[in-house]
Amino acid sequence: MEALLVKEVSKRYAAHTALDKVTISIPEKTIFGLLGPNGAGKTTLIRIINQIINSDEGEIIMFGEKLKPGHVENIGYLPEERGLYKKMTVGDQLLYLAQLKGLSKKDALAKIKIWLEKFGIKDWWNKKVEDLSKGMAQKIQFISTVMHEPKLIILDEPFSGFDPVNAQLITEKILELKENGSTIIFSTHRMETVESLCDHIALINRSKKILEGPKKQVKEQFRSNTFTVEHRGNQFTLPSDKYELKKQQLIEEGMFSSTIQAKEGIKGNQLIRDLIEITEVYSFQEKLPTMADIFINLVKGEGDEALQKHLQEA
Amino acid sequence: MNKVWLIIQREFLTRVKKKSFLIVTILVPLLVPTILGGLIYVAVKQSEAAKPDTVLVLDESGQFNLDTTKNTKRFHFIPLQVSLEQAKIAYNETKDFALLYVPQFDINNPKGLTLYTQENPSIEKVGELESILAERVRDLKLQEYKIDKEVLKNLRTKIDLKQINLSKTGEEKSSNSGILGLTGVALGIMIYIFVLVDGIEIMQGVIDEKTSKVVEIIVSSVKPFQLMLGKIIGIAAVGVVQFLIWIILIAFLSTSVLHYFGLRTPQQQAMEEVTKKINDPDVKEAIQAQQQQQNVQVKELMDLLGGVQWAKIAFVFLFYFLGGYLLYGALFAAVGSGVESIQESQQFQFPITIPLLIGYFGLFMFVLRDPHGTVSFWLSIIPFTSPVAMVGLIAYGVPTWQLALSMVLLIAGFLFTTWVAGRIYRVGILMTGTKVSWKVLARWFMIRE
Repeated sequence: MEALLVKEVSKRYAAHTALDKVTISIPEKTIFGLLGPNGAGKTTLIRIINQIINSDEGEIIMFGEKLKPGHVENIGYLPEERGLYKKMTVGDQLLYLAQLKGLSKKDALAKIKIWLEKFGIKDWWNKKVEDLSKGMAQKIQFISTVMHEPKLIILDEPFSGFDPVNAQLITEKILELKENGSTIIFSTHRMETVESLCDHIALINRSKKILEGPKKQVKEQFRSNTFTVEHRGNQFTLPSDKYELKKQQLIEEGMFSSTIQAKEGIKGNQLIRDLIEITEVYSFQEKLPTMADIFINLVKGEGDEALQKHLQEA
Repeated sequence: MNKVWLIIQREFLTRVKKKSFLIVTILVPLLVPTILGGLIYVAVKQSEAAKPDTVLVLDESGQFNLDTTKNTKRFHFIPLQVSLEQAKIAYNETKDFALLYVPQFDINNPKGLTLYTQENPSIEKVGELESILAERVRDLKLQEYKIDKEVLKNLRTKIDLKQINLSKTGEEKSSNSGILGLTGVALGIMIYIFVLVDGIEIMQGVIDEKTSKVVEIIVSSVKPFQLMLGKIIGIAAVGVVQFLIWIILIAFLSTSVLHYFGLRTPQQQAMEEVTKKINDPDVKEAIQAQQQQQNVQVKELMDLLGGVQWAKIAFVFLFYFLGGYLLYGALFAAVGSGVESIQESQQFQFPITIPLLIGYFGLFMFVLRDPHGTVSFWLSIIPFTSPVAMVGLIAYGVPTWQLALSMVLLIAGFLFTTWVAGRIYRVGILMTGTKVSWKVLARWFMIRE
């Protein structure tokens, strides 16, 4: 089942259109990367899902039901612009936020204790937020997002402000939440995070969705039939009717690295066969596009060809 | 609704738990009377200790005879027998308070009396001198009209009108517009102050949530409107609680202070001693009669106080307090949602409080002087001014239909402002870095849900 179905959702303001008939489906129990440059409309979409603002058109189906006010209790949202009440203590703050999410006081207390223990910060209960460092406050914010065990977790740039140790800690917790059955929507610019964590992605640019699908499949679509070969021996040339030698460089004594793009219809096996004839192959790998490559290409409009191809297939 | 209740609780508790709340709530009832009492004490001491001012008198008319025998506590008079020019020179060489010049004058039209001073004299002192002179002129007139002073004294009659409101059903109620009016005005002023102070508190609260960026987390759990409502009601509760504590503390303090001094009034002690000594039945009877008379007076006073219809006034006060508060509180919340600091809010603060200010001035200029006039009527009907004006007016007797109309309009008024404010608020709290103006607020208001 889909955790979330966004159907033809549009949002217009006087001066501009924030979302233009955006349709996205987010499978259950996945980590979904919602990508796009600044101002593309990601935050607007997230706010619509959180029912902070309403869409002008379209509908949203959450776990098979049309979005309704009660659904906010099944969502955990960590906004990009986030903060806490400075004068409140950590404990009171979490208790308040948990109760706003519909937990009873008793349940809230129990769950907060579990989470504080998980992060090893049980003794922070009576600390005032204004006395916490930025990283400490971020941990509290993360706990406030997930403590009510929501089925859908929306994290907007969750790693900004974290040092690598804490980022690793949060990553572990996110994977743990996924294991326990939560669906996680990630909105981020950090492509390495997308690369390592996300199962599915969607790319929004200028208020339109321009790409969506499982990460592997997306990468597949953007394959350019390019291979990286490490080989011993001498430099070589390949028949130009079949291959294009993009790059060739010496990496150590007698060892070269060559980037070869095969023409359409020519598979990797064929290339290996051709290479064996002329050199000693040391390693052979297809060069897949990184998420960053895809993102930059699409957003800059340079990947129009691949994009058109993708849109036709979709 | 449950969530609004949570918000109310938080807004209330975080404020009440603050040390500053405790200090203000406990100290104000203690400090204000202490400061007032201290000032009065110092003023009394000063006037007691003040030396009388010397006034040189040049009386060309010879009518006043202001010499040392006419000295008062405030003024010592020294008569001069020189020309005006000489007197002025002489006066300038002294450090005396003033030179009073009385030319020849017609007692029916006394003119030309002049006071020369080296510094600007206080109005109070001049007034006192004037009344001394006026009294002397009056005595002269009495002589001229051949009226005996004693006769005049007997002619002077003091009338204290007993006021009774006769209702259409023929029921009689004693009334006293003095007490009533003052109570109303005091309550009206109180509403004005509370609405203003708490309005700014609401605005500050909204700004804090916005700048600390907690607001987006909150509105992902509750509707912006619920957050706004919870905040307004929570802060209102703080105001009401503070107000109640003050009333109780002041009532308790003043009774205990009175009680404390009451035990030590010299007259009372003397009375007690006298009563002990009296065994004579005649004297006893006389005293009993006197006591009875006193009881009647006390009862009349109690009737009067009861006639003020305290319950009704209390209800009206509470209603208009909350109504006015909600009406303006929402507007303050809307402004707070748009700006990022109190400084930035100033351009909006004044315009939204102008109607309240009109109500406040209207209280003195119209309600007190002409409670049943047209302006008073409109001030008490229009929702923006009625919270202050109607509370001032209620004491003078307001027809039930007028009160009902005013109340209904006030409810409609705050529903309206809350709706308008809610529309601005829901957009404003999520906007950062926008330079706000009235135009921007209007645009936010127009954005669809």
